[in-house]
Amino acid sequence: MQRLSAKYLLQTLAITLPLAVLLGIIVGPEIIFPFVASADSSTISNQLIIEQIRLPRTLLAALVGATLAVAGVMMQGLFRNPLADPSLIGVSSGASAGASFVIVLGAGWIGGHELLGVSAVAVGAFLGAVSATFLVYRLAASATGTSVATMLLAGIAISALAGAINSYFSFIADNHMLRQISLWQMGSLSSASWSRVIMAAVILGSLFLWVPRYAVALNAFLLGESEARHLGVDVDRIKIQIIVVVALAVGVCVALTGTIAFVGLITPHMVRMLIGPDHKGLIPCSMLAGAILLVLADALSRYVLAPGELPIGVVTALLGAPFFLSLLYRQRAILGER
Amino acid sequence: MLQLDGIDLCLSGTPILDGVSVEVKAAQVVVVLGPNGAGKSSLLKVASGEVEATGGRVTFNDQLLSNYSAREKALHMSVLPQQSSLTFPFLVRDVVVLGRTPHATGTAIDQDIVEKALVATDAWYLRDQYYTNLSGGEKQRVQMARVLAQVWRATDDAMRLAILDEPTSALDYAHQQLVAKLLRQSADAGVSILTAMHDLNLAAQCADVMVLMCCGRVHAVGTPEEVLQEEILREVFQVKFHRITHPQSGRPWLVT
Repeated sequence: MQRLSAKYLLQTLAITLPLAVLLGIIVGPEIIFPFVASADSSTISNQLIIEQIRLPRTLLAALVGATLAVAGVMMQGLFRNPLADPSLIGVSSGASAGASFVIVLGAGWIGGHELLGVSAVAVGAFLGAVSATFLVYRLAASATGTSVATMLLAGIAISALAGAINSYFSFIADNHMLRQISLWQMGSLSSASWSRVIMAAVILGSLFLWVPRYAVALNAFLLGESEARHLGVDVDRIKIQIIVVVALAVGVCVALTGTIAFVGLITPHMVRMLIGPDHKGLIPCSMLAGAILLVLADALSRYVLAPGELPIGVVTALLGAPFFLSLLYRQRAILGER
Repeated sequence: MLQLDGIDLCLSGTPILDGVSVEVKAAQVVVVLGPNGAGKSSLLKVASGEVEATGGRVTFNDQLLSNYSAREKALHMSVLPQQSSLTFPFLVRDVVVLGRTPHATGTAIDQDIVEKALVATDAWYLRDQYYTNLSGGEKQRVQMARVLAQVWRATDDAMRLAILDEPTSALDYAHQQLVAKLLRQSADAGVSILTAMHDLNLAAQCADVMVLMCCGRVHAVGTPEEVLQEEILREVFQVKFHRITHPQSGRPWLVT
């Protein structure tokens, strides 16, 4: 497969994203075209639907999609493994455990209270995500630096532990809580509100400005850790920074929307197949591609079972997997057996 | 210059290096030789700062090596490890550009250096291929080009050094010769070379100084003339060598 230039792909994606957002606003249980002026009452209610429901939701989808994708890029670069994703360092499983903890035990003494527009479940998920990652990191850190291989194993162990905690809470939960837990794990953007979108935009937006500076270091990382060191990269400092950034970013996303699988794994992969592994192009292109993917997935999730709603995690997998496979197949045809 | 003084190295209780002293002066090719497990790679790792010695001191350009930041060191020292683990499908030219990571010389100069380095290792014709599709020997030449590109251009008066761990292990005869010549040329152009090799005759072609190691100690050090003595080699390698003089180069040539 002939590679595209990163610039060309970036331009294409930058044009596609607003179109995808527009589609996300139009599509839903009812097709609504914005900007169509007329005075009757249905137009006003449509206006309200767009302003208060669909627009914040679509924007949140774009922010979360971009974050998950770029977190995937950084994990795959750090672990030098195209199959890595943020769940490797325990973020997702930690968040699940934190969320179930709050859903099952917290309901009694916290109730449905919200803090700054953020539910207690979200706070629990965020704390779970960050503390799981912290544990993984501490286990892998030693006097001579952090071993990526140990981190991988520690991630598996902590994920298993968090999974056990999660199962325990599911086991003692009643039917209502159980459904809440399993829906949370499938991910949903339905809780989007302007306050959440603004919060996400501030946190994640600053992240998007920060992350491209790791492009050079991540490229060097792909050669190997000691090679990166010999190329002048301060490997240990960069490693810590990347892990902190990924844990915070994915922690925020998971807290807002639950676990949305696949975007972080698949988007960097797709972009890499199109433009190659250079992080200078990979990081911005993956952000846009992840945003587009999740906006489209969200639109689809609202449309397919209307007026009901399909969990977004199901849609991302259904949408991403075939596309991924087709790219894989085409690449295999070109590169032969390798 | 690079100076290793009385280096001791113990890895989890096992002594690897014992009082090794080596010096690499400007414009020199220093070749480390010795049987498997003699400590060649460990010595190179200490020299590059990848492994901290348990005893002794390493100075580079009159400063303790451990005082350098990663970036400062990378401006003057590049390292070719024995194996490369790059599994992402970079184009060959992009791999070599990575060698310019520590420098801020701009794209035009970098591209020029990349071309020269790839031509020097006879890998220019591979420039638009995927690195992951190359053969072992081709990969080794591309990595060599990357390492040379890193120190290709002088940034200041300080000595530049390339540390190469068995750069010819996967190469055919023609390319082994090419690399031997290239090491000589690099040294003459101002990039000193510290390398480990197995082929004594190849080493004899390019070395200013040979360091013959055995069991973590320096057994003999000096010019190829001095080190490549039948008696010394038999003690170290347990193989009987016959030394003759190469009819063209006049350098020592060893036959088993």
